[in-house]
Amino acid sequence: MSGRTYLGMPAFPVAAKASTKDERLRANLRHATRTIRDKRARAVGELDDWALLREAGKRIKDHTLRHLDTYLLQLEERVTAAGGTVHWAADAAEANRIVASLVHATGETEVVKVKSMATQEIGLNEALAAEAINAYETDLAELIVQLGDDLPSHILVPAIHRNRGEIRDIFRAQMGRWGRPAPQGLTDRPADLAEAARLHLREKFLRAKVAVSGANFMIAETGTLVVVESEGNGRMCLTLPETLISVVGIEKVLPTWQDLEVFLQLLPRSSTAERMNPYTTMWTGTTTGDGPRDFHLVLLDNGRTDTLADEIGRQVLRCIRCSACLNVCPVYERAGGHAYGSPYPGPIGAVLTPQLRGTTSEVDASLPFASSLCGACYEVCPVAIDIPEVLVHLREQVAAQPGHGAERAAMKAAAWLFDHPAALAAAERAASATRAALPRTLPLGPAKAWTDSRDLPELPAAPFRAWWKQHRTTRQEPAE
Amino acid sequence: MSSRDAVLARIRAALADAPEPEPVVRDYRTAHVRGANVPAKHVPDEYAAVVDLLAENLADYRAHVHRCAEAALPALLARLLAEHGSRSVAVPPGLPQGWLAEAGGVRQHPDEPPLTARELDGFDSVVTTCRLAVAETGTLVLDAGPGQGRRALTLVPDHHICVVHTPDQVVASLPQSLARLDPTRPLTWISGPSATSDIELDRVEGVHGPRTLDVVLLE
Repeated sequence: MSGRTYLGMPAFPVAAKASTKDERLRANLRHATRTIRDKRARAVGELDDWALLREAGKRIKDHTLRHLDTYLLQLEERVTAAGGTVHWAADAAEANRIVASLVHATGETEVVKVKSMATQEIGLNEALAAEAINAYETDLAELIVQLGDDLPSHILVPAIHRNRGEIRDIFRAQMGRWGRPAPQGLTDRPADLAEAARLHLREKFLRAKVAVSGANFMIAETGTLVVVESEGNGRMCLTLPETLISVVGIEKVLPTWQDLEVFLQLLPRSSTAERMNPYTTMWTGTTTGDGPRDFHLVLLDNGRTDTLADEIGRQVLRCIRCSACLNVCPVYERAGGHAYGSPYPGPIGAVLTPQLRGTTSEVDASLPFASSLCGACYEVCPVAIDIPEVLVHLREQVAAQPGHGAERAAMKAAAWLFDHPAALAAAERAASATRAALPRTLPLGPAKAWTDSRDLPELPAAPFRAWWKQHRTTRQEPAE
Repeated sequence: MSSRDAVLARIRAALADAPEPEPVVRDYRTAHVRGANVPAKHVPDEYAAVVDLLAENLADYRAHVHRCAEAALPALLARLLAEHGSRSVAVPPGLPQGWLAEAGGVRQHPDEPPLTARELDGFDSVVTTCRLAVAETGTLVLDAGPGQGRRALTLVPDHHICVVHTPDQVVASLPQSLARLDPTRPLTWISGPSATSDIELDRVEGVHGPRTLDVVLLE
């Protein structure tokens, strides 16, 4: 189970070249991202103060990051006072060691998991497997990925690359290997697939003694953790087991309880396009007679402090993992999530992964080039991360690296983009439509020259391709 | 050096030259519906609009919304349990006496001493109160207080009936709700029945939490 990793994945252009030829993958992604894009626009449109909420969200995050040490210490104190235990992990290996030893201490050999980007990032499931501990994913999409021995391709919906027919086939073939098999005659109706997951996982929830989660927010003032979800698998994991271990990136802290009034408006509308997601659980330490008796919080650095040190790159730590930027990205829609070679795909992955992991590998060096800089990601970002600005900044860093590997990766990525007129055309259209919202910020130093000469030209009102399509009266169709 | 000290030292080094960012300004709305900031008893019509919005948003996310007066509640609860085909109902400590008085054919079991998860899985329904409800998002918030029970109680059974006391439990917006809640209590926010968007990003109701959510707005 969960044997696959991103290790050794090819650079973005190589992976994208393969995935753009996968018609089914592209159709699945096109369908899913278009559905959610329209819904998000409606959900955001309901709030006439969205711009003010977005600005407040941005500033709260910037303020928190500027005083991160203070808020983490306050959080540690409050969680401890409320009966929890706080651990600090400098990197993935240390976080995995801490979690494994906590599980071993309970005497258990299996854990149920709430969907968590942090534990994907550190490869926790694989690390636990090496310690003879089975980690069962309980989010529906994560279950699909795990049963299919697959890799996640979207932050919110890791199995977005699978359509209902494929999901039915995976359930039929694999559920029986790990527990209750799929019901006889399982159809591909989404409601039936959800029912199959309910039956399959119920037994695991009822017997689970240990759960592992992440968290969407941590409140320094009160020591409260917040998990936002839809299915109820999160509630099962956070409520039924005796021991709860939460692995959370240090940037997830917020100063005050009141800050949630901003983020609980920004997050659901940006991610699932809902006024509010079906379930949110908030807990502060432990409560006698309600929920786990033991609560452990593992605070994870794993490259975040390096990111924090970068004047331009640190804004990426504002990210609340909503995935709105994936859903609007023309490059993501065509290349698919796997091409990004990390659990963080799409525009945010292209700026987060190279900062967390560095740009020494070819795939990480190529990521800042996996974009046409159309700016749609910045426009939808609920915390106003200027992703194009960071991309340009990272390109400059990669270009300045010694050796030709990085340069090669960059050139290949650029070639990929120009090889894919559809991606570029969509990028141009999106850019024109959002011109007013486009960042015009130019980073300092050599990157300035780069943007001046190449990447952020004045955008024409009607891009060339659109003009060409409109003014071309005859079109030669290929012979049948 | 411990990892704690190392991480803190790295943070401080990373921020050594960082400027103080722009101050946080909370100029967003504290509510979006008209009349939301007026206390209920002073402007009844506007408060009624807030309750209507709650009903509308709950229904939009596939909760079944019912309205009734206190005297009619036992009969309504009995009917909802019967319509769901429930043979057993888990009862949280502090649920007002008499609410289930007319649900004669349904086995009622108090969660005292606490039922195990496996025992809870054998119950068809659970009836609770709530701490408050948020109109603009169609959300119920439970804080494990009297009549609500611990968190598992409203999670494992497949049918949840939640009674909202509308004269004093409905707020318009998220900012208003947070100001009323106690973060030291375990909180569950419920906006419609369990759902997923994991198959082709389309919302489907009903995964692990209660697949049927009945909400009674008590007048």
